[in-house]
Amino acid sequence: MATTATAPGTKLWGGGKSPFNVEYGKLMMWYFLMSDAFTFGAFLISYGTIRFSTNGWPDPNEVFRSFPFAPEGVHAPLVFVSIMTFILIISSVTMVLAVHAGHNMDKKGVVKNLILTIIGGLAFLSCQAWEWTHLHHEGAWWGANPFLNHDGTASSTNFTNYFFTITGFHGFHVFSGVIINIVMLIMTLTDQFEKRGHYLMIEKAGLYWHFVDLVWVFVFTCFYLI
Amino acid sequence: MSNEAVFQAPAAAGTHHDAHGDHHGEHHHHETFITKYVFSQDHKMIAKQFLITGMVWAVLGGLMSVLFRLQIGYPDANFPWLQDLLGKWWAEGGKITPQAYYALVTTHGTVLVFFVLTAGLSGTFANFLIPLQVGARDMASPFMNMLSYWFFFTASVVMLSSIFVENGPFSGGWTAYPPLSALGDASPGSKTGMDLWLISMALFVVSSLLGGLNYIATVLNMRTKGMSMTRLPLTIWALFFTAVLGVLSFPVLFSGFILLIFDRNFGTSFYLSDIFVNGVGALPNEGGSAILYQHLFWFLGHPEVYIILLPAMGMVSEILSVNSRKPIFGYMAMIGSLFAIAILAFLVWAHHMFVTGLNPFLGSIFVLLTLLIAVPSAIKVFNWITTLWRGNIRFTPAMLFAIGFVSLFISGGLTGIWLGNSALDIHLHDTYFVIAHFHIVMGVASMFGMFAGIYHWFPKMYGRYLNNNLGYIHFWITIAGAYMIFWPMHYEGLAGMPRRYYDYSVWESFKQFADLNRFISTVAMIVFSVQILFLVNFFYSIFKGRKVTTQNPWGANTLEWTTPIHPGHGNWVGEIPEVYRWAYDYGKDGKEFIPQTKPIGDDESHH
Repeated sequence: MATTATAPGTKLWGGGKSPFNVEYGKLMMWYFLMSDAFTFGAFLISYGTIRFSTNGWPDPNEVFRSFPFAPEGVHAPLVFVSIMTFILIISSVTMVLAVHAGHNMDKKGVVKNLILTIIGGLAFLSCQAWEWTHLHHEGAWWGANPFLNHDGTASSTNFTNYFFTITGFHGFHVFSGVIINIVMLIMTLTDQFEKRGHYLMIEKAGLYWHFVDLVWVFVFTCFYLI
Repeated sequence: MSNEAVFQAPAAAGTHHDAHGDHHGEHHHHETFITKYVFSQDHKMIAKQFLITGMVWAVLGGLMSVLFRLQIGYPDANFPWLQDLLGKWWAEGGKITPQAYYALVTTHGTVLVFFVLTAGLSGTFANFLIPLQVGARDMASPFMNMLSYWFFFTASVVMLSSIFVENGPFSGGWTAYPPLSALGDASPGSKTGMDLWLISMALFVVSSLLGGLNYIATVLNMRTKGMSMTRLPLTIWALFFTAVLGVLSFPVLFSGFILLIFDRNFGTSFYLSDIFVNGVGALPNEGGSAILYQHLFWFLGHPEVYIILLPAMGMVSEILSVNSRKPIFGYMAMIGSLFAIAILAFLVWAHHMFVTGLNPFLGSIFVLLTLLIAVPSAIKVFNWITTLWRGNIRFTPAMLFAIGFVSLFISGGLTGIWLGNSALDIHLHDTYFVIAHFHIVMGVASMFGMFAGIYHWFPKMYGRYLNNNLGYIHFWITIAGAYMIFWPMHYEGLAGMPRRYYDYSVWESFKQFADLNRFISTVAMIVFSVQILFLVNFFYSIFKGRKVTTQNPWGANTLEWTTPIHPGHGNWVGEIPEVYRWAYDYGKDGKEFIPQTKPIGDDESHH
């Protein structure tokens, strides 16, 4: 958080200073996140529309019931995806700690927590890779849906179409976030922020990371819970 | 280089984004040809890049309209030179072929809407005017600004290359409705041309996002001291709302395009269900909805018309006030109406879809919201007219184009009230009435706003004037021509003449319009040639125009006229001036104009 004190007598919106007491980069990040929220919003609303107009939909408890290294046919509904979600949320916690360490100009803390965040992100991506591979082996892909509706009738391919498109788009965001965090890590290690005298960049990367986590909550709800 | 200079108070030191302490104004680092003219990070140069790229597209897009107007106006004629010029695919035997006709109307629409009137208009003037009028050295992020242009440039190159592929460019209409756009087998233009179209548009979305974020951050964060939001010139308010609209609506289009790309290439059925192509089918695609695409498209598509129109409105407000030597009438009402338009822009998209089978009750809500736009629009029109009222009007070419804008906005806006009614729309939908409406109110009107802006700010851009007499010729022929082209189209549309038909002469009902169509086509060619005259004026004047000798040739109040005649990168030599008043103190206390930088005197009256 920028800690600019408002000089006495100057108005917040009077010009010559940032009305939100933030530098432009953070402002841009907020607007970018709003924009990105519209992208995901459009996806999820499209998904909702199509699902609403379709007769029957597969039961997520049946589709997402496998677990790595567990015997075939194991019935562990949503266990794996819960672990994925947990990992991602924990990575948000470590990101908060990294930002906090940045405020205190604690380089070591930033490095440690950034590494943890990156590991969390990579773990999430690996889980997603496993889940996709598993589903693919079961015959699911864009344009192919092996799963049956609740009532045992053949289901629309739009279940898998939307699942792979939207979780893929989200996964791509996580991937970008990991790359951004790696760049932040390198910049921290090379003392770039020490030279600047602040760790505001970490904060912006953090905003993005939290946003991606928040989006996952919605994606998770739409595909796994409802 | 960034907004350092704005944060001059030491207290703000903690907010500095990057601490390399280069100071602008007295600009002394070396610039090569590449950094100055090609990969420039100077907002003024980027503005010129947007403008000139937009001009290239305007010529190409305009030429396309001339070509398809040839077909509509002269359906029986042969022009053998056309085949020599364009080749067999486009003009076999000297006649525009059907596939070329559809490729031309589609590319004309896409290019004019996105490349000319979005990038060419708001790209140019947001870049040029925002830092100059809010009092900033440059955009918040000059680097992102540069990227914004180069994404646009790449989008342009991809779009241009689509014209040269084997099956021609995309030809399913600028709205790219599936299933036509989703299935390569549906039409030749839906093959490679459509892939390139989608790539180009995706790049364009990125460009507009990078630009828009920059415009917003610059307006909010980098205003000079004293430049409160309510002292901003209306141009900046308009460009600000434009940027917000773009940042919030383009991503939805982007989502729609991603789903379309999957439908085209990866066997999904987001938009497809029960499809037969040339009697073959049904295709395996099941369960999708073509209407879904229309919702996603028009959620951008409608704000897009305001993305095009708002910058023109802002510039016209400024130019009308400067050249009437009067304050703008109802400054706060102008901001309020811009804001109302920006909000309503997101709530009316389904009026493009009244005949898709939309629930009539839902339709009635969209009718109401659509007609509500008439309120802020009328406020703006009345304020422009009352600004002119008893003004000391200087009829510069810029002023003429600004007044022309108001005229066109009224003419085109009134027909919007017709089209906004879902019952009337059953008859008028997809007829020439729609073409007439949106060309006048959005296309030509915004073009006029753009011309007004170019004539007005050319002296600031190049330190020279455009030739006035050529400007007058340009204006009068263009406004007369615009009305002669689009006014008759209302009659054709009311008579039920549909858009997008290749040859109207084979329809008994529309044979009566053969002469009218020929007339429209002839005028279109004349108007197009006058635009070439304008381009000659533009490029000639860059090098040989009359030189600007004073800092403030129009006697305007805004900050850009306090910079040197040829401002360097950084805009002001020394400190950025402080602002003490709004931008519209014209004719106050007997003074012709009082620049924003002049402190309020003790004896000054209040308003």
